[in-house]
Amino acid sequence: MFVDIINAISKYSIPLIIAGFVLYGLVKKVDVYATFTDGAKEGFTTAVNIIPSLVGMLVAIGIFRASGAMELLTGFLGAATSKIGIPGEIIPMALIRPLSGGGARGVMTELVTTHGPNSLIGRMAAIMMGSTDTTFYILAVYFGSVSIRKQRHAVSAGLLADLAGVIAAIAMTRIFFG
Amino acid sequence: MINYIWAGMIIIGVVISIFTGNIEAVTEAAIENAKTGVDISLGMIGIMTLWLGLMNIAEKSGFVEKLGFKLKPLMTRLFPEVPEDHPAMGAIIMNMAANMLGLGNAATPLGIKAMKELQTLNPTEDTATNSMIRFLAINTSAVTIIPISTITVLSEAGSKTPTEIIGPTLVATLASTIVAIIAASMLEKLPKYKMPQSDKIGEEE
Repeated sequence: MFVDIINAISKYSIPLIIAGFVLYGLVKKVDVYATFTDGAKEGFTTAVNIIPSLVGMLVAIGIFRASGAMELLTGFLGAATSKIGIPGEIIPMALIRPLSGGGARGVMTELVTTHGPNSLIGRMAAIMMGSTDTTFYILAVYFGSVSIRKQRHAVSAGLLADLAGVIAAIAMTRIFFG
Repeated sequence: MINYIWAGMIIIGVVISIFTGNIEAVTEAAIENAKTGVDISLGMIGIMTLWLGLMNIAEKSGFVEKLGFKLKPLMTRLFPEVPEDHPAMGAIIMNMAANMLGLGNAATPLGIKAMKELQTLNPTEDTATNSMIRFLAINTSAVTIIPISTITVLSEAGSKTPTEIIGPTLVATLASTIVAIIAASMLEKLPKYKMPQSDKIGEEE
């Protein structure tokens, strides 16, 4: 039921928001078409501005993953974390999540299918997928769009949030599903 | 920090690939991902144009301002540097709402609109402000209420109760969002992250 409601929201919200904005503009006597085209002008340059930072970030991530460095790191970390009750199988998921959304989805699907959707590892991966986000991608796109080069503590804050999300996902899986 | 992470991934990756024999895969990944980056960016032109146009209507009609006003107590606390009636507030709220509802297509252009508005308040040209970092920290902590695609994966793998992860996911994502806000507001006070040429910013609170 709950999911049906959310599905309905995702189906109707975009068209209704679009129509709502235009209608509200008309009611407020805004020259809607001219205002739309005026704002829309920036669309092209904004999208193109993202290219340098996004290419830079995706290439670095691609090199790191393709080299096998990722497997070395996860093997190493997994051996250490399994001693404190965090299954080593979950480590690739935790490490890949901030780097690549598609990659994380792949790892999660693999864990869920291999270990089963009702296994501790499967549930942990699924919850982790929703509790953190693709930090490096978001920073590259958003800072790229306004040409910000000095990011100060943005990465540190984003990664701390990811770490908290990972730990919380592990804890919640243990609490809810034993 | 981003300098070291970026350089580290490239240098460590290339060095390791020499030992693991994956050097050709590294070349391929570099070329392939450069192409992906351009594809993603160019693919955004249409949706970006659409939402920037719509947001201009929402802004000129006073809707964005009204939206910001509704959540004023929360927003002024989260973003003390942003004037309470600034269009950035409305854009941030719309981005967060789109994220919570899982409307990824709309969320990114709205978030970029918010960044553009925050940039108009930036005393520098190329340095991130505290508000930008707080906004992005909240964004990277993921705020989706219902992880539909994850539920689909669980269901396809044979789970009879795939929605059981909604509750724990919500608690976990809330925890990461709280940590994001605390981390951003504590880190911004460190001397090494000080905003250049502005003594006003960062003093509030």
